[in-house]
Amino acid sequence: MSASDDRSAEGREGLNRPPPDQGVMLEARGLRLAFGGVRAADGIDLSVMRGEFLAIIGPNGAGKTTFINMTTGYLRPQAGSIHHEGERITGLSPRAIVRRGIARSFQLPQLFTEHTVLENAALAIAARLGIWSPLAPLLRREIREEARELLARFGLSAIEESRADTLNEGARKLADIAMAVALKPRLLLMDEPTSGVAASEKMAVVETLARVLRDAAVTAVFVEHDMDVVARFADRVAVWSQGRIVALGPPATVLSDPEVQREVIGVSGAIHA
Amino acid sequence: MRRAEPLLALAGAAALVGIAYAAPWLRFVLTIALAKGLAVLGILLLLKAGQVSFGHAMYAAVGAYVVAFAAPGMGEALVLLPLATGIAGLLGLVVGLFITRYREIFFSMLNLAISMVLYSMLEKFYAITKGTDGIRVAPVTFAGLSPERESAEWAMFAIALLLAFGFGIVARLYLASPMGQALAGIKTRETRLEFMGVPARHVLLSAYVFSAVMAGAAGAIIAMTTRHVTPLLAYWTTSGELVFIAILGGAGGVLGPFLGAAAYELIRVHAAAAFADLWQLTLGIALLLVILFAPGGLWGVLARLFRRVRA
Repeated sequence: MSASDDRSAEGREGLNRPPPDQGVMLEARGLRLAFGGVRAADGIDLSVMRGEFLAIIGPNGAGKTTFINMTTGYLRPQAGSIHHEGERITGLSPRAIVRRGIARSFQLPQLFTEHTVLENAALAIAARLGIWSPLAPLLRREIREEARELLARFGLSAIEESRADTLNEGARKLADIAMAVALKPRLLLMDEPTSGVAASEKMAVVETLARVLRDAAVTAVFVEHDMDVVARFADRVAVWSQGRIVALGPPATVLSDPEVQREVIGVSGAIHA
Repeated sequence: MRRAEPLLALAGAAALVGIAYAAPWLRFVLTIALAKGLAVLGILLLLKAGQVSFGHAMYAAVGAYVVAFAAPGMGEALVLLPLATGIAGLLGLVVGLFITRYREIFFSMLNLAISMVLYSMLEKFYAITKGTDGIRVAPVTFAGLSPERESAEWAMFAIALLLAFGFGIVARLYLASPMGQALAGIKTRETRLEFMGVPARHVLLSAYVFSAVMAGAAGAIIAMTTRHVTPLLAYWTTSGELVFIAILGGAGGVLGPFLGAAAYELIRVHAAAAFADLWQLTLGIALLLVILFAPGGLWGVLARLFRRVRA
């Protein structure tokens, strides 16, 4: 086993997470979607097991975000199907998909910039609870308490009264994911949860995320470019290239594959031993 | 500042009553200002969502024409007001179902277009609407009483003030509620709302209908106060005037629209008296000064002063 494999195995053990069971949480079959002549999804077949953390890696333009967009209802595949816990969700609206227990975070954090961090979390909680009374305050006691507890789990308590547009990138990413977690999803799709985060903050962000998702028993699919994060965080890795999955398996196997290292990871993205 | 709003509202109301008592000729002006403030409060709700309506005067016109049509048959103010606001709200729902699909310039221009359709109908269907001559509104009763002119003016002033308070309180609660906060979310991250399972269009529609209701109430008050309605109430410049007042007053709080409306009407009346041909220039300069030096509007200036005093 290489140094990177050691680190990967040790990292996941460090997360103290039980192994995923065998139930299928998400199943994509034959997904196809093209934008003009560009095939963003060219026959995607993928099963995500309940409780696992699946990383999606690949070069820009490989179709990683397109997969997330199709799964969460932002894009409709031209062919193929997506099932979530056995129910077909292909082509449903984002709202309908959220109601089925699938949430997402964004590559560019989608926070309500004129609201505080606490209000952002509270809005997500109110959305989950379906509380839309036009006359009772958003920050009523039960919502405020849950929002504070959620932000504490993400280590964001100190900035809960800060406006979202004043946060640094790491905090914005965490707040963005916290809003998705506030919806209490069974499946969370994260688009580059650490992109833009300072290298010094990155592992702390990942540790926080891993702990929260583990505690909430959330299955996670995440697009990631940092191979250290993938090795530390993922149970399996799917390698995307030109709208196809070209490799799928445990990080130790996939990331040490010479072809994956050459074609996808590249020299600069190689795992730091 | 939000905590001080109720106190400032009470102080403002007391000041208005005092002015209306000390200068009876201003009673009419202040009643119209309160009515316009109500319509502008509706504009403020839409501004919270980042949307500007250049056609909201149509709902005031609907409220006013409902009063004009219904007054000869049942001239009771306490019946006419809910009737006018209800019909304006119903029209707001019908138009809103279509118009809340659109955003920004399309939202603005579609509101303007529909308001101009209404304007044309009011102008062209002379047999029903008396065209540009307008309709003289029959005198109304107040809880069955038919007061003399001065008492009737006071009654209208009191109704306008009570409605301003009532709608102001409801709007304030609404803006602090999950629905109101989601409305503000449309301005910054509508996509996020959808991915939280919140139908942004429904949120905007609720605000749109609420704003139409308030504009309808404003129109009803204007009709009962001026006792004459014309298609000009629906003309696009009247809608522009409401947006003008919204900017002048500031969108930071529910008092802004009333502050803006009072300032607008007082500047207009005094400017018209002092510079008969230049009153619009005076208003334009006032707006320019606000935009350049007080982007938060008069409410923003007041809030800054209040904070300075407290500090």
